[in-house]
Amino acid sequence: MISCRNVSVSYDGKAAVDGVSFDVEAGDCLCVVGENGSGKSSLLKCILGLLKPSSGEITFDGLSRSEIGYLPQQASVRSDFPANVGEVVLSGRCGRHGPFSFYGKKDKALAEHNMERLGVAPLRRKSYRDLSGGQRQRVLLARALTAADKLLMLDEPVAGLDPAMAADLYELLEGERRDGRTVMMISHDLESAVRCASKILHLRKKALFFGPAGQYEASDFYRGLRGAGDE
Amino acid sequence: MSSLIELFVELLSYDFILRAMAVGILVALCAALLGVTLVLKRYSMIGDGLSHVGFGALAIAMSLNLAPLEVSIPVVLLSAFMLLRISESSQIKGDAAIALISSSALAIGVIVVSMTSGMNADVCNYMFGAILALSRGDVYLSIAVAVAVLILYVLSYNKIFAVTFDEDFAKATGTDASQYNMLIAGLTAMVIVVGMRMMGAMLISSLIIFPALTAMRVFSSFRGVVICAAVLSVLCFVIGMAISFGVSTPAGASIVVANLAAFILFALAGRAGLKI
Repeated sequence: MISCRNVSVSYDGKAAVDGVSFDVEAGDCLCVVGENGSGKSSLLKCILGLLKPSSGEITFDGLSRSEIGYLPQQASVRSDFPANVGEVVLSGRCGRHGPFSFYGKKDKALAEHNMERLGVAPLRRKSYRDLSGGQRQRVLLARALTAADKLLMLDEPVAGLDPAMAADLYELLEGERRDGRTVMMISHDLESAVRCASKILHLRKKALFFGPAGQYEASDFYRGLRGAGDE
Repeated sequence: MSSLIELFVELLSYDFILRAMAVGILVALCAALLGVTLVLKRYSMIGDGLSHVGFGALAIAMSLNLAPLEVSIPVVLLSAFMLLRISESSQIKGDAAIALISSSALAIGVIVVSMTSGMNADVCNYMFGAILALSRGDVYLSIAVAVAVLILYVLSYNKIFAVTFDEDFAKATGTDASQYNMLIAGLTAMVIVVGMRMMGAMLISSLIIFPALTAMRVFSSFRGVVICAAVLSVLCFVIGMAISFGVSTPAGASIVVANLAAFILFALAGRAGLKI
């Protein structure tokens, strides 16, 4: 579905991502892990076309931008914006329409469905700026789900969610995969990443590991990380 | 009060006043709609910069005896795209660059004026507005521009919301955000040129910024803000014109003061906890 070949990103001559190659296949749940500043978000933004890679190639096969749902990091969305929850979630359908068109019944039903799944339907008329961090996260997730016909790209999806809600979210993503959607997400949370992902990409500017989650869990590399974390 | 209404009815029986009102209401409406996006995207300075560029263009057109609107529309349109690029690139300090361009354009305009006609009544009209001095040709062009802006805005409403709320998301999910930024900048340029004749180059940007800011004090949905800003803008225009006729104050300035009063009223209401 997506293929990245030797992708590098640099800011002011400093490399943030250095020659990373990997593929996302339909039905995958790829989890990108790594420390802060390891280039995870930059890589995601490259795939989404928000950043130009300084070198390398990213190609889509059987996927167009309008079939992607994207969850940005919350801080990148203006928090003082006058928009209600319904408007925000429905705007996920924006890419599916050409210029000069309006949302139809199908779009509205889909937005409604996703608001209910994330438990934000009762907030539908509330303003985005009056929500708590966790509520905002769920609203943006609902928007991403509303947009995602084929692929979900999530940047730190459980940030700001309490543990129960995070567990619900992983379950929901599992459901999305069963429905044939592909998921690519960035996570800090190694343990749950390993549990729910089918593939892992471990970044530290370069790709330290790319392969099936089971293999990652069994690797000395991962054990080393866990050991270091436990001490 | 009743005498004021009588005065108003009497004034509306004049053809040229009716024309001015028609243009004014349309321009006020367009300015308010675009203003919501400009304020939320923090592009308010673009409106201000464009009005000064517009003044420069008008001054040059006048000194060369060219039709003022036909010259300034393309010039301001081009500057709008340029200012947009400056604001988008984070490398340069966008607001400072806009301030430089706008004051330079104003300075050039003033020099051209002083070298040719001098600071006459026409120039004063461009700076502070002369809504009743609109020629028939100006009126038709203004109405055509305003109607085109309205139609394009309404048809692109959903895209404009998406791009205003979260440009990255819109881009990532297949909406050509820069195309809609250009559309907003282009429409703003047109409204500013047309509105400048009536409000004056110094005051037109208030027509763009005030209604949006006022509506945001109380309304919490995007649609609510857009509709409220549009209604307020037209209302303040009419009230400002009424004041201007009633006590012979300059029209442009009266409209700005009406907007200021509405802003204070809404700000107080918002403070008191009124949220819709």
